[in-house]
Amino acid sequence: MGSGWKATMSTLDFSTTIGNTWFPAPTFTASGCASSGRELAQFFPLREMGGVVTKSVMSKARNGRPTPRMAETPSGMLNSIGLQGPGIDAFIAKDIPYLVEQKARIIVSIAGETVEEYSTLARKLRSVSGLSAIEVNISCPNVENRGLVFACDPDASRRVIDGVRRTIGGELPIIAKLSPDVTDLVSIARGVVDSGADGLALINTVLGMVINVDTMRPHLGGKTGGLSGPAIRPIAVRAVYQVHAALPNIPILGMGGVASGKDALEMILAGASGVSIGTASFGNPTAIMKIQNELKQLLLDRGFTSLKQAIGYAHRPEADNANE
Amino acid sequence: MSQINRNAQQLLAPIISNKKVGNYQQIIINVGDLAASCKPGNFVAINVGGDSSSMVLRRAFAISRVTVSSTFGGTMELIVAPHGQGSRWLCAQGEGVVLDIVAPLGTAFGIPTEPMPVLLVGGGYGSAPLFGLAEVLNARGCRVDMLLGASTASKIYAPMEGKRAVNSMRIYTEDGSMGQTGRVTDPIAEIIKDLDIAVVYSCGPMPMLSAITKITNSLSVVHQCAVEEAMACGIGVCMTCVLPVENEDGSISMLRSCIDGPVMDGAKVQWDQVGKQL
Repeated sequence: MGSGWKATMSTLDFSTTIGNTWFPAPTFTASGCASSGRELAQFFPLREMGGVVTKSVMSKARNGRPTPRMAETPSGMLNSIGLQGPGIDAFIAKDIPYLVEQKARIIVSIAGETVEEYSTLARKLRSVSGLSAIEVNISCPNVENRGLVFACDPDASRRVIDGVRRTIGGELPIIAKLSPDVTDLVSIARGVVDSGADGLALINTVLGMVINVDTMRPHLGGKTGGLSGPAIRPIAVRAVYQVHAALPNIPILGMGGVASGKDALEMILAGASGVSIGTASFGNPTAIMKIQNELKQLLLDRGFTSLKQAIGYAHRPEADNANE
Repeated sequence: MSQINRNAQQLLAPIISNKKVGNYQQIIINVGDLAASCKPGNFVAINVGGDSSSMVLRRAFAISRVTVSSTFGGTMELIVAPHGQGSRWLCAQGEGVVLDIVAPLGTAFGIPTEPMPVLLVGGGYGSAPLFGLAEVLNARGCRVDMLLGASTASKIYAPMEGKRAVNSMRIYTEDGSMGQTGRVTDPIAEIIKDLDIAVVYSCGPMPMLSAITKITNSLSVVHQCAVEEAMACGIGVCMTCVLPVENEDGSISMLRSCIDGPVMDGAKVQWDQVGKQL
C-alpha cells in the first residue's frame, strides 16, 4: 500500500455504505446527542459529516423525565432524559425539511413503547423523502419499565425489527440500536439481522447510577441513567469486535465514547463501518469535524487508501502482519 | 421552539487577568470582536481540565460584563465561585492560558424601550451579571435600584465601580455580617410599591427566583430571571437543563434553559413543578 507518491497525495476514499446507502464520510451524530441537528449547524455545515442521526422520536410528544437529568462522572456522564421530543408528526413537519434544506444525510431514529408503535412510526416515515436510513432504537435505558428495553429480550427485539421491516419494505436500510447490558449480545444481534435489520448501531448507553452523598439519595430524577463518554469506550469496542466477528457482512455504526480520530479508528478496526459521536459533541460542538480530520490522517498514515480497507482490520489472521 | 443564539461561536481565548475578589475569582479573557455580540444575561461555556482531563463536559458561566474596546480589544469578565472540580480548575488558570470557549449563548435580559424604574436582585455571585445590566439600563434612562443578598458577607459580590450605574444598593445577609440581617426577598414588595417598579431583574439561586416570582405575580410586575440548571452541553443538544414553562396556549413544556433561557419570564416558569414528572 505505502509504495510511491499515492498515499502522500492524500487520495483516500473516505466513503462508507450501510445497507444500500452510500455516505461520503463515516462520521455521524449519535441519536439523542444532537437533537435534530439545528444547533450543531451553527458550528459547521451538517452536510460535511456522514450523516445526522436524529434524536429518537416517538408517536406522541413527550416531556421526558424529571430533572436532574445529568451527572458528570469520571470520563463520562449519566443522562436520564427519557426520550423528550415533539412526536413524529411535528418532527416530520419541522425537522426533516430543515435537514433536507441543509443537504444533510438523514438517519431518523425511532423509539416506541410497543411493537406496534414502531411499525406506526415506520409507516409515517415511509412516505417521507430525503431519508438515508432508519435507526430503530430498541435499547433506550431511560424508560419506566426495564421490560420495555426490547433489546434485552431476543424475542421482543426480533418482533420489533420484523414489524418495521414489513412496514418499510426493502427501500430504506434499517439499523437496529442495541444495548450492551445483555449477557449475549451476539445472539441478540443475530436475531435482529435475521428479522431484517441491514445494520447495527452499537452501543447504547450503559445503565448506571450516582448517589448524591449530601441528600443521600439517587442524584438523577429518574434514579438510573445511561452512562456515556470515554468511560464506556472499551465496552463499545468489545461489542463491535464480537459482533463483527460473528456477523462480518453486517455494517455496524460504532459508538460509545468516541472523542478523537484515534478512538474512531479503534471502532473501525474492530469492525465498524461508521462511527457516531455523542457525548464528545457536548464538550466540543466541533468534535465531529475534528474526529473526521484526525481519522483521515490516521488512515493515510497507516497506508490505507480507503476507509473500507480498515473496517475490521483488527480481525486479520496472526500471520498477516504486513502493516506492522 | 427557540433557536441557538445566532452569534454563538467557538473561540480560543487567552486569560488576561485572574484575581481573587472576596470569595470569588474575577477572570478576564480576551475575546476580540465576539465581545460586541454579548448581551447581559448571556453565558459562556468553557472547556475545563485541559486535554487529558476526565471532565468531559463544558462548564457554563454567566458573562458578567464585556468591554468592546480596551488595550486588549474586546474582553469578557467572569465572576467564578470555585465550588466544583471544573470551576476550581478554571480559577487556578493564570494569565496567558488559552481557554476553549463557546459564546455568547442563551437569551439576554430584555431592555425596556422607554425609561422606567427597575429593581435588580442578586443572590451570591449571581449579582455579577447585574452590574453590566445596570449600565445598559442606566444608559436607557431607567432608574436602577439594586438588592444583593447572601448567607454571609464574604459571599456578597459588590464591586465599588458597580455602584456607579445604580441609584441605590441595599445588602442583606442572613447572618447579619454585612448590611441588614435577613433575606434579599424581604423588602422587595415594599420597594416595588414605593418606587413604582415596572420590571424586576434577578439572578441567583433557584429558590430565590421562585420566591421573587411569588411577589412579582401578586403585584403584577414583570420578572425577568436568569435561571440556573445543570447543563451538559450549553448549546441545546443534550436536553438535560430543562425547566417546566407555560406556553402561550397554557400548556406546559420542558424548555431548555440554555436555549430558551437562562433569562426567562419568571411568571411562566412553573416553579412548583421543577424536578417533578410532568
